[in-house]
Amino acid sequence: MVTEEDKIFAKNFRIDDLSDVPAGLPRHRKLKQNRVVSKKDASVDTADAIYSGGYVSSGVDNSVKLENFYEDFKVDVISCTETDMEFDMIGIDAAFANAFRRILIAEVPSMAIEKVLIAYNTSLIVDEVLAHRIGLIPIAADPRLFEYLTENDQPNEKNTIVFKLHVKCPKGQPRLQVLTNELQWLPNGSEFLKETGGSTSTSNSKPKTYTSFSCSQDSLPEFAESPITPTYLDILIAKLSPGQEIELEAHAVKGIGKTHAKWSPVGTAWYRMLPEVVLLGEVEDEKAERLVKVCPQNVFDIEDMGNGRKRATVAQPRNCTLCKECIRDHDLVDLVDLRSVKNHFIFKIESTGSLPPDVLFTEAVKILEDKCELVIADLS
Amino acid sequence: MEHGSFTNDSFASFTLAEEDHTLANAVRFMLNQELVNAVFDLDLVSVYVVTNHYYLQLYSPRVTFAGYSIPHPSLECVNVRVQTTGDPAREVLKDACQELMLMNRHVRSVFDKAVSEFKVEQARLAAEEEKKKKAEEEELKKQRDLLASMDIESD
Repeated sequence: MVTEEDKIFAKNFRIDDLSDVPAGLPRHRKLKQNRVVSKKDASVDTADAIYSGGYVSSGVDNSVKLENFYEDFKVDVISCTETDMEFDMIGIDAAFANAFRRILIAEVPSMAIEKVLIAYNTSLIVDEVLAHRIGLIPIAADPRLFEYLTENDQPNEKNTIVFKLHVKCPKGQPRLQVLTNELQWLPNGSEFLKETGGSTSTSNSKPKTYTSFSCSQDSLPEFAESPITPTYLDILIAKLSPGQEIELEAHAVKGIGKTHAKWSPVGTAWYRMLPEVVLLGEVEDEKAERLVKVCPQNVFDIEDMGNGRKRATVAQPRNCTLCKECIRDHDLVDLVDLRSVKNHFIFKIESTGSLPPDVLFTEAVKILEDKCELVIADLS
Repeated sequence: MEHGSFTNDSFASFTLAEEDHTLANAVRFMLNQELVNAVFDLDLVSVYVVTNHYYLQLYSPRVTFAGYSIPHPSLECVNVRVQTTGDPAREVLKDACQELMLMNRHVRSVFDKAVSEFKVEQARLAAEEEKKKKAEEEELKKQRDLLASMDIESD
């Protein structure tokens, strides 16, 4: 028999109001939402369930809102030197991390040698191979100070850096190694004369070279103090036997890694999800020792519990490479859970020396911003 | 470039020239933040009432479908498809780009702050190390001096 009281109760009943109904997703669903679990033969829950309606039936709005992002996003710098950087990006989707990585590798500009004018080469290395090797030498010059050299442009002091290389191995001497320190910066531009059509009328004007600099680059304030050199001065370019000689000019221009990898400002830029190692039960004594021994990355450690008993603990989960060596063991497979946090990225950048890695990352984010702006402008 | 319909602007494809996965995947991610599941779309109200009473306040999705494709690897363009519940697809895509830009701006400011903080901390640690070294040296010198003076006295 349903009384009036029951009816009123039913009408006002809201399941969320009960004190023992948890708000948000239950624990096991939350685990699926933000962890990838590496199982013995394959990883599970790899998909990014970040689509806003994914958890609608649990009453959870799964979308990324700007306000939430402003609150949740965190950056943790682990190390930062002139060439290398490691930092944690927390609270962001892989779509972003990947966009930054791709831009760092392929779209942040740098300077690289594009044209090699070979005057003399009697070395064993043929001209085109030599030119290719020289092209790959990283140049320590800030690309933001230069302009792109377009097809119709004359090479000038704003878009070209010229290096000279003239080495000879004298007869009677041992073999000579030509290193990048032999590349000599020419702030006044090319010294090679362009062949004129045999006319003598221009004899009193400035002789024409392969570049048309209007002023010397070392008179510019950016380069007055610090001459432009290759990043590393000990890279081998060629080896010369006695009597062999190389004379050439190398012209560096601005470009992006999409065109050719030599313009990539990073050796590499990569990220991985933060590993999370969880012991699902007590791992003791012989098993604990086995677990510590089996891990090549020293993730686990042994804790002394007294009475000669030992227990395994997770000491350094960050070291874990998810090699799954620990879950190949029949006894341990059910005791260890290897997970990755889906929205926590360990990002590493290795710069080739044109810019410090932190500046490179900032530039990469700026480029993505510019892309968005371009699309908006295009659609307006 | 937009490929849409003259009569209904709630769905359209957009060709973004000289772009690739870098931008397209991020834009799709942003569009998906406003995605409404097709099943729920059929009967929006009843589903929301059954599942959650406060849900409508939080969640007002505008997109029914968002995706992208690269027509051919040698073509430098991507096609982005946007279908909405009624708003003009062009506006929704523009909003997504706008939001993406704001997020990037935030990423940049947070990153710059973290790096400058890290550098200040490194400088402080280095200075501390230096100080400690100096103090140790001085202590050593003092002891040496003391020892020397003791020697003289014993003489």
